[in-house]
Amino acid sequence: MAILADKNSRILVQGITGGEGTFHTPRMIEFGTNVVAGVTPGKGGTVWQPEGIAEGVPIFDTVDAAVEETGADASVIFVPKRFAPDAVMEAADAGIEVIVAISDGIPINDMVKVYSFMEQTMTTLIGPNCPGLVSVGECKLGIMPNHIFKPGPIGVISRSGTLTYEVVNQLSEGGLGQTTCIGVGGDPVIGTSFLELLMEFEQDPATGCVVIVGEIGGSDEEDAAEFIPEMSKPVVAFISGRTAPPGKRMGHAGAIVSGGKGTAESKIKAFEAANTPVADTVPDIVRLCKESLGK
Amino acid sequence: MKIHEYQAKDVFAKYGIPVPPGKIAFTPDEVEEIAREIGGQVVVKAQVHVGGRGKAGGIKLADGSADARAKADQILGMDIKGLKVEKVLVTKAIDIRDEYYLGITLNRDERMLVLILSAAGGIDIEEVARETPEKIAKVNIDPLIGIQDYQITQAIFGSGVDTAKSREIRSITRKLYDCYMAIDGSLAEINPLVVTTDGEVVALDAKINIDDNALFRQPELEKLMEVGADMDTIEAEARHKGIAYVHLSDGNVGVMGNGAGLVMTTMDVVSRAGGKPNNFLDIGGAATPEVVEDAFQLILMDPNVDGIFLNVFGGIVRCDVVAEGMIKAYEKLPRKVPVVLRMTGTNEDIARKMLEDTPLVYEASTETGAAKIVEMLGGKS
Repeated sequence: MAILADKNSRILVQGITGGEGTFHTPRMIEFGTNVVAGVTPGKGGTVWQPEGIAEGVPIFDTVDAAVEETGADASVIFVPKRFAPDAVMEAADAGIEVIVAISDGIPINDMVKVYSFMEQTMTTLIGPNCPGLVSVGECKLGIMPNHIFKPGPIGVISRSGTLTYEVVNQLSEGGLGQTTCIGVGGDPVIGTSFLELLMEFEQDPATGCVVIVGEIGGSDEEDAAEFIPEMSKPVVAFISGRTAPPGKRMGHAGAIVSGGKGTAESKIKAFEAANTPVADTVPDIVRLCKESLGK
Repeated sequence: MKIHEYQAKDVFAKYGIPVPPGKIAFTPDEVEEIAREIGGQVVVKAQVHVGGRGKAGGIKLADGSADARAKADQILGMDIKGLKVEKVLVTKAIDIRDEYYLGITLNRDERMLVLILSAAGGIDIEEVARETPEKIAKVNIDPLIGIQDYQITQAIFGSGVDTAKSREIRSITRKLYDCYMAIDGSLAEINPLVVTTDGEVVALDAKINIDDNALFRQPELEKLMEVGADMDTIEAEARHKGIAYVHLSDGNVGVMGNGAGLVMTTMDVVSRAGGKPNNFLDIGGAATPEVVEDAFQLILMDPNVDGIFLNVFGGIVRCDVVAEGMIKAYEKLPRKVPVVLRMTGTNEDIARKMLEDTPLVYEASTETGAAKIVEMLGGKS
């Protein structure tokens, strides 16, 4: 079991013939992802056939055409930043249920508009500026390394890329596999926040414990913490950026303490108020998950 | 990206927002001439990318051109919070009746834009929000729909401003919103927006921040970028090289790694181990020898750095390739400080072997790596 996407999801790749799409799509297919279509305007009617992949992927000019022909219901977006907002809205308009936008560097005001647009649809947007979504043993939409995942009871949600891999890797090595792992993205405005994903995990019978890997900036961690007391399953939290100076952007556009808001202390306090253990280190996350699961 | 007050006023003027007449000057001579052109009392304002210019003595009222020259002599070259004043705005002095605050920015929590209007202008808006929240109106705006008249009305009647000036404030608010959207702003602020003794409404100050992500479609504004004007030398150098670097300056442990979250965490772990991180540096996805060398050089620009901890999670990046880059980069270092390297991922064992005969110390985890570098530096910080 998993949340948002699984082995039955029919995956569309927007920007499949670009650099990122060319590199990552074969790895998605190797992971077992059911990639049914690609979209590159102007290349519709051709078949994308990378080396080492048995079956080629049909290319369409528009998402609409791809959905009609292949029944695609989830999409991963690799298109460059200036075309990415349009690609997200095109996919939502075509009825795609889950969109994962990997693209980074999208202007904030564009994302505010996209967010408002998405609220009028039934579509879930993950990202942008994120490593994607992996439902272990079922499908991968994004760029996370294939080898670190193991099936098991942990759900992982994170604002980072490599730090997520680090956490997943140590969970796997510690004997704790995962259901679904999602990088929500490092931008100030993202499609889906921790809170909404916690609600999804709460509904997923296969998930026994959820790990939130948060960081400084914004209030998504605080919002998520408020929901935890209503959950039937344990949550373990981690916050990076305790030593980050205020007013400075720490790599991610969204990782900034400004006007005294978005501090690590505020987030840690919120989790503690929700009786949620906050790990000090990544190995600590593994230990606390084991404790939470009674292992 | 920040732009200066005089540049922001030019932008505002282009969108029809009234600003007092003024010009930029680089020398006392120029100041004197501009003051003569304007006539009467003028204000000489330091143009640096930092708040609190007035308190620091960077804004002075002058009576006539000779006095303006004298005031410019004091301001030009002065140091405001570490930034040198190289230019001043000379602008007509205004007789102020009321000072308001008007701004548009991102409301991150609501994923919307927000219009902020307050009758308490001229001071820090966060202070107003704390001290006199009744004097501040905030209205969320959906950019897909655009700003609506009723929203401006809500702001005007909720902020305590003189409603007899509604027409002027409404007009300026609309123009400010149009400007904000057109220039891809992340902040457009008029503080103070003043009502003069003659009843005119004028933008006495102007602040614009532009979204860095949108600079690709703002070529005219991008030309205004002064790389390093709001950062220190090392940060400016990093910006030139396209490396994400933040200077904390008081620590002795240089920290670098791949991925912002991982680097932030590494800093936290170094601190927990008793060390003090000097910086944040993300080498990104392409850990080529060139990038690694640049990163080392940047970190060592601060003489306080006694050692470096490098933390790499090799997801798709191969560890042996990274190790090779590290070894080459280390050989070229101007200052040989202890370096601890932690890598995990593809070809980790090969990388580990490669490092055996080098001064670079390998550690298996972030925690042991942080402890090791702190130990090598004698536990001091």
